[in-house]
Amino acid sequence: MTEQVFTNCTNAGPVSVYVKDGKVQRIRPLVADEKDFKPWVIEADGQKYSPKKKFNIAPYVHGERRRLYSDERIKYPMKRVDFDPDGERNAQNRGKSAYERISWDEAIDIIAKEITRVKDTYGGSAISGMTSSHHNWGIVGYKMGPFARFMNMLEFTPVLDNPDSWEGWHWGATHTYGFYWRLGMPEPYDMLGDALQNAEMIVFWSNDPDTTRGTYTGQDSALWRTWLKEKGVKTIFIDPFHNYTAGAMEGKWLAPRIGTDTAMAMAIAHVWITEDLYDKEYVKDRTIGFDEFKPYVLGETDGVPKTPEWAEEESGIKARTIRTLAREWAAKRTILSGGSRGGEGGACRTAFGTEWARMMVLLQAMQGLGKPGRSIWGTTMGAPSDVDIWFPAYADPEGRIATSSVAGFLPFNPTKQRLWRLTLPDAVLNPPVSWYGEGFCGQSLDQQFIHFEYPMKGYSEIKMFYRYGGSFMGTLSDTSKWVRMYQSPKLEFVVNQDVWYNGETRMADIILPACTNFERDDVGEWGACGGYTCHASSGSNFRIVVRQQKCLEPMWESKSDYEIFTLIADKLGRKEEFTDGKTELEWVETFFNHSDLPKVIDWETFNKKGYHIINIKEDYKPTPALRWFAEGRDCDTPDPNNAKRGTDKAKELGTYSGKIEFASESLRKHFPDDEERPVSPHYIPSFEGHRSDSFKKYGLQLLSPHPRFSFHCHYDKHTDWLDDIPIHRIKKDGYAWWPARIHPTDASARNINNGDIVRLYNDRGGVLCCAVVTERIKPGVIHSYASSAKYDPLSPGNADSVDRGGCVNILTPSRMLSKNVPGMTPNSCLIEIEKWEG
Amino acid sequence: MARKGILIDVNRCTGCYNCFLACRDEHFGNDYLPLSAAQPLNGQFWMQIKEIERGKFPRPKLSYIPIPCMQCKDAPCISAATNGAIYKRDDGVVVIDPEKIKGQKDVVNACPYRAIFWNEEKQIAQKCTLCAHRLDEGEKRPRCVESCPTGAMYFGDLDDATSEIAIKAKELNAAAFHPEYSTDPSVLYAGIPKKFVAGEVVLADNPGECAQGVKVVLDGNGEKWQILSDSYGDFEFEGLEKNTSYTLTVEKEGYAPYTTQIFTRTDVNLGEIVISAL
Repeated sequence: MTEQVFTNCTNAGPVSVYVKDGKVQRIRPLVADEKDFKPWVIEADGQKYSPKKKFNIAPYVHGERRRLYSDERIKYPMKRVDFDPDGERNAQNRGKSAYERISWDEAIDIIAKEITRVKDTYGGSAISGMTSSHHNWGIVGYKMGPFARFMNMLEFTPVLDNPDSWEGWHWGATHTYGFYWRLGMPEPYDMLGDALQNAEMIVFWSNDPDTTRGTYTGQDSALWRTWLKEKGVKTIFIDPFHNYTAGAMEGKWLAPRIGTDTAMAMAIAHVWITEDLYDKEYVKDRTIGFDEFKPYVLGETDGVPKTPEWAEEESGIKARTIRTLAREWAAKRTILSGGSRGGEGGACRTAFGTEWARMMVLLQAMQGLGKPGRSIWGTTMGAPSDVDIWFPAYADPEGRIATSSVAGFLPFNPTKQRLWRLTLPDAVLNPPVSWYGEGFCGQSLDQQFIHFEYPMKGYSEIKMFYRYGGSFMGTLSDTSKWVRMYQSPKLEFVVNQDVWYNGETRMADIILPACTNFERDDVGEWGACGGYTCHASSGSNFRIVVRQQKCLEPMWESKSDYEIFTLIADKLGRKEEFTDGKTELEWVETFFNHSDLPKVIDWETFNKKGYHIINIKEDYKPTPALRWFAEGRDCDTPDPNNAKRGTDKAKELGTYSGKIEFASESLRKHFPDDEERPVSPHYIPSFEGHRSDSFKKYGLQLLSPHPRFSFHCHYDKHTDWLDDIPIHRIKKDGYAWWPARIHPTDASARNINNGDIVRLYNDRGGVLCCAVVTERIKPGVIHSYASSAKYDPLSPGNADSVDRGGCVNILTPSRMLSKNVPGMTPNSCLIEIEKWEG
Repeated sequence: MARKGILIDVNRCTGCYNCFLACRDEHFGNDYLPLSAAQPLNGQFWMQIKEIERGKFPRPKLSYIPIPCMQCKDAPCISAATNGAIYKRDDGVVVIDPEKIKGQKDVVNACPYRAIFWNEEKQIAQKCTLCAHRLDEGEKRPRCVESCPTGAMYFGDLDDATSEIAIKAKELNAAAFHPEYSTDPSVLYAGIPKKFVAGEVVLADNPGECAQGVKVVLDGNGEKWQILSDSYGDFEFEGLEKNTSYTLTVEKEGYAPYTTQIFTRTDVNLGEIVISAL
């Protein structure tokens, strides 16, 4: 049989899939016709910058073939051997007991019966379910499509997601400069051009874009940073870890003690105020509340001037260094890069992380945020990009089969009860639980102040949990409580549907095998999430919509998620409602016709060719982010979710006042007396840091950022080629260990050598890792990435067991960002470390 | 005749491992006979990435050197093999014949770059072929070069003075990695890290301010460099020879000079150098 080449897309780049005799031979970055590319050109200082005609996919995507055929694939429907829906359920054995293969008929039968029983007995609200993110690509099959559509039909209790990667920006920065419709991230438009043309310095504060890659856009932006480096733009890296971007760009590295970044930021403001180095006109015209902020910085309100010397005590960064940084920042046109998408970064995932994120915005406001070279920009988005041709993305309501107007039938879920992802185990084990905030609060600032309590009056506690994917052991915090939750008899029935075995898979009663997006039909635009991260594909050098062609039949007995839910719906007598009478390929064509693509390419050509590149128009005119605001003009950026755009308030930001708020009007209205997120930001020492009581017992701080060679928990153990990358895992004695980086002084004090197996531990648990002794970590800090996919307890089923897979999130605290902010704080974590003797 | 090769600009390499993984994807489980047999799961790194961490906290440096088969003009593996099992093609690519190489484990040790790997199961030696099977089908470059996001790799004919690779090699002053091996490789490098000496000047009478513009002189190996400390009081001399003695002097008018002897066995971070007013 001859070789066939299919097109497909992943969460980190478009690919060409070469198939021979039904077997995938290779997966390359998508091979497109050179004539389809019309690269943009940015002129700066006499140079022309233009990308090559290619797609720079993330490293792990080169391992897709291995992941496709992984031994970790769930191959057949499975049932826990001691689970009997008509007898003993043995919930206490979840995580411990073995599984037996069952037929699809049997699996569907059990699930349908359980759904009916639970719904009839307790109501739809007794069913809950949730997904992990990003494990596949394509809008038809994405989690917000079939999963949400099916669960809405059951009238389930949704679990609200916390903004896990950018907590402080969501709960803090929004109250400073708005952008709630971007969940706290700044608009990114044309920031690459601004940087090349105007920037003299970039301060990367808690940001490693070479590792986190703007989430979905692979490595296209790596070239931009190469240009900026070769152009001679000065770079500063503030991070307890000498991160990979710092290594590549060779910037000046400052390593503060974890949790003290806000103190450093206050000291920079102190220098600017006392040395008259800030943009007073901008502060007067574009901001409010400076008169409340300034006295705190100067120490007039609390008797503590926030001088560089004061900040040195907290952070360990020399006062003279902070002073110089502040002066250079003011003197040079400086971009603040406070996380991969502008905002994000580990510093916002700490105790009181709102305060750091707010300070990032306020510092840049003091230097004229929005003026040339004075942006907040992550260096991963903001290439010239066409926005006129619309194609729905997964987070657009119009891009989901659960909510799109193209669907004939749209299931409505009347259940008002909600759960909060971070406290789901607590909700099951020790209800009631309560919190403020409606998950991703992208509709208004006020959504953050809505109070929720579970269980909600008039609804049932949850009895059935339908888990789709299962990464939380390696991504959330204090995660052994998830094992305790699963072993509770209060959860009468647990299903897990996934492509690969994950940390939570073997906690289920029934396991269902889903297939990858290479084994079904779909469509998706590279890098586009839509919704609250609108126009994210400007992180790619070229917009490309890919017809994700089915490259091979689902392997073993796996099925597409859509087909699985269709089978269950059929058993419940609701197949037509679920499918709307459509196959997956028909949904693909429906979305194509709903989009603007038919204006530029016909369906037959697109379906066969497999992709369409959307180039910028010849008369493309940049509209740099926030330039309009800095210049007092109406918003001219194409940000569709900015509610004031095109109105008589088009000059305003999304805050209550429409200006940047040194003292927040929204916080003043709702929580005027909150000392943990005060109206004007404060530095508050961490509840688990160098001033805590537990520091005497656990004297090392754990830093657990997003990983470099996995996407959250995806790829990692499902792609064992990655085990040959020693940054990712280290092979020793026949096992691939998760690395923990330690400074030589901390290592020698504990008799730890490079390559030793070590136990990281505190009162919450213990995790085995492989020690990497390095000068690239601040003494007193242990660096070990979050998101190990391998949960491998030495004593399976025992929540207190030491894990040797590398799920360091077991060690991180449950405590929230602050009393009214339900965000996670994994980087406020004290541990000890010792050589593991077995 | 041609001389296909790769030029690797180490200054542009971010250590993303795309090249390693693209190579694995192309070759794992895929035979391209008679040019190459399939790469096994374990133990073979046809594109190996060498991580180099230099210096000490808080002034470390990080570099990556991607190392494929160097496609040497004077390849020691060719003469180490019997039966003509390793040969050079007209385009300069050095090929191990998967059939003829059976049992010849000695060729692994013939390569000073350690770029040949032994397949225990098949009893054959294997290595990078510059994706010769793809070049023969008309592809323009090997998978590793194709996958590089920053343009750190150039592929082409080094013998063609008008080619991009030849022009870039000249411009970047590219050279062999480990020229002392004398094998005349067709994989060339720019920016292979050498040794560096760094430190921070601090004025004893003004420790709250960075000591910018202080003269720092490095003398040794028949050369003398003079720089001024930067805005942070930092100084750095990069690109020094290994195992060489230098004298470093910090001078500022009105302050007692500081002098120290340095030997570049490793990179040197002198940390804070506090000079006092006279």
